[in-house]
Amino acid sequence: MSQPSETQGAWDPSYNFAFLDEQTKRMIRRAILKAVAIPGYQAPFASREMPMPYGWGTGGIQVTAGVIGPDDVLKVIDQGSDDTTNAISIRKFFVRTTGVRTTESTGDASIIQTRHRIPESPLREDQILVYQVPIPEPLRFLEPRETETRQMHALEDYGLMHVKLYEDIARHGHIATSYAYPVKVAGRYVMDPSPTPKFDNPKMDRCPALQLFGAGREKRIYAIPPYTEVKSLDFDDYPFELPTWDAACALCGDTHSFLDEVILDDAGGRMFVCSDTDHCRERRANGHVGPAAAAAPFETMSAAP
Amino acid sequence: MIGAAQPILQADDVAHYYGRHRGCEHVSFDLFPGEVMGVVGESGSGKSTLLSTLYGRLTPTAGRVTCRTRTDESVDIHTISEPERRLLMRVDWAFVHQNPRDGLRMNVSAGANVGERLMAVGERHYGDIRSKAIDWLERVEVDAERIDDLPATYSGGMQQRLQIARNLVTGPRLIFMDEPTGGLDVSVQARLLDLLRGLVTDLGLSAIVVTHDLAVVRLLAHRLLVMRKGRVVESGLTDQVLDDPQHPYSQLLVSSILRT
Ligand SMILES: [Zn+2]
Repeated sequence: MSQPSETQGAWDPSYNFAFLDEQTKRMIRRAILKAVAIPGYQAPFASREMPMPYGWGTGGIQVTAGVIGPDDVLKVIDQGSDDTTNAISIRKFFVRTTGVRTTESTGDASIIQTRHRIPESPLREDQILVYQVPIPEPLRFLEPRETETRQMHALEDYGLMHVKLYEDIARHGHIATSYAYPVKVAGRYVMDPSPTPKFDNPKMDRCPALQLFGAGREKRIYAIPPYTEVKSLDFDDYPFELPTWDAACALCGDTHSFLDEVILDDAGGRMFVCSDTDHCRERRANGHVGPAAAAAPFETMSAAP
Repeated sequence: MIGAAQPILQADDVAHYYGRHRGCEHVSFDLFPGEVMGVVGESGSGKSTLLSTLYGRLTPTAGRVTCRTRTDESVDIHTISEPERRLLMRVDWAFVHQNPRDGLRMNVSAGANVGERLMAVGERHYGDIRSKAIDWLERVEVDAERIDDLPATYSGGMQQRLQIARNLVTGPRLIFMDEPTGGLDVSVQARLLDLLRGLVTDLGLSAIVVTHDLAVVRLLAHRLLVMRKGRVVESGLTDQVLDDPQHPYSQLLVSSILRT
């Protein structure tokens, strides 16, 4: 079993530190400070062209570029995994433009940039979680006019969010929204944690780490300061519920983590494994064994660098 | 109406100009609880401008509009804060558009349309919201089985009923109607008018109904304003104005109806 990789990369000095010029980084930091001062509020910022297209995490990358320093240790995950193409290319980008160390270990990272998941292991005060956000506006589904959604946020006029949840129950018998599940931050602003699964919503609540959200195309930054209350919206008679799986992780046996379904063969064979690959690896390193752990192919899969 | 009651809405020399063009001017009246006032005139008479100004959507160039809230406060509807205005619109007031599409949310179900105002004022119990929605669908004679259907699947007359239910669910006291039966077939119009008249009477609503259709005000309105070129040319009890119009323009309006 491999240990989490920790690499000291080489900063290409033809780039300014973290790619963006100092003025741009200051502008991003000002937006971040504003976002931290007003938890859940979408602070506008002048999103820059990045050397990757929108949809590839340009918002998160700019936020990370705004807060990263030479001593930081960076972890990048996509769908809970460190080794997807997207995660690898963002990690490489920061290695090339900052020379910072990178890691796959949640515990060793000081900055974690993510799309989709919050790591299973609890975060600490000395960590920053940066989310890549495609659609920051939770009210967009029912109200396409930007001027009106701004008014609604300003007036705390959020009845429409419950209209959306009402529709869910009317159609599916329960609140079927399982991703981008709306939350109220610090009892004031309604926020879209998109595209995080609702399974992770409770992890946002009173989290010791600073949580920053960057939407590149929509030019918005928002934040959840450490230890801030984050409450998932619901109805009195249809309270927020966490999804559960009948299965345990095939590799580490965890029954409490977010599981991905993996297709094994053409014959319909499948199994469930932790979506957070670092969490799964750590559990196995600590001796936890899942029903399929003895099978060799999965061992090699999980040991990818 | 009853002498001791305070007006629910007061227009005091209200005018609205579009630049230099007169939309309406010198409009004054008191509307009392339970009273229905019709505003009639041809298109361009200023009746729609007046309605929008009374409802607070247009700012008066002169004069003021005051209303009495359910907490018995008198407020100038053009100077209250936006949160107060929104609350007023959802709790005390209702607006029925001529085109139901303007008053409905077409991308959510009928039930969500009726429930929206309840959720906007803080109701958070799905079962309660749903049973109130069902109750209101039944009161406007829409099959409650269709509660989960989108408004687009409803006929025009049904959409108009749905819009009325969506407006009345929070128990408003004053309802603004802009050509509420316009665009509907005659037989559908007649049934909708019956329904509106029943609701207004049963709930003791005050209403302002703008229409070019004298049959609508004959059935619904206690009092009439006849408008022409932005000004009120005649006002009085509905039957009085329709049976014995004094102003030549009112006479013309009535006689044109009688001829057709
Ligand atoms: Zn696992």
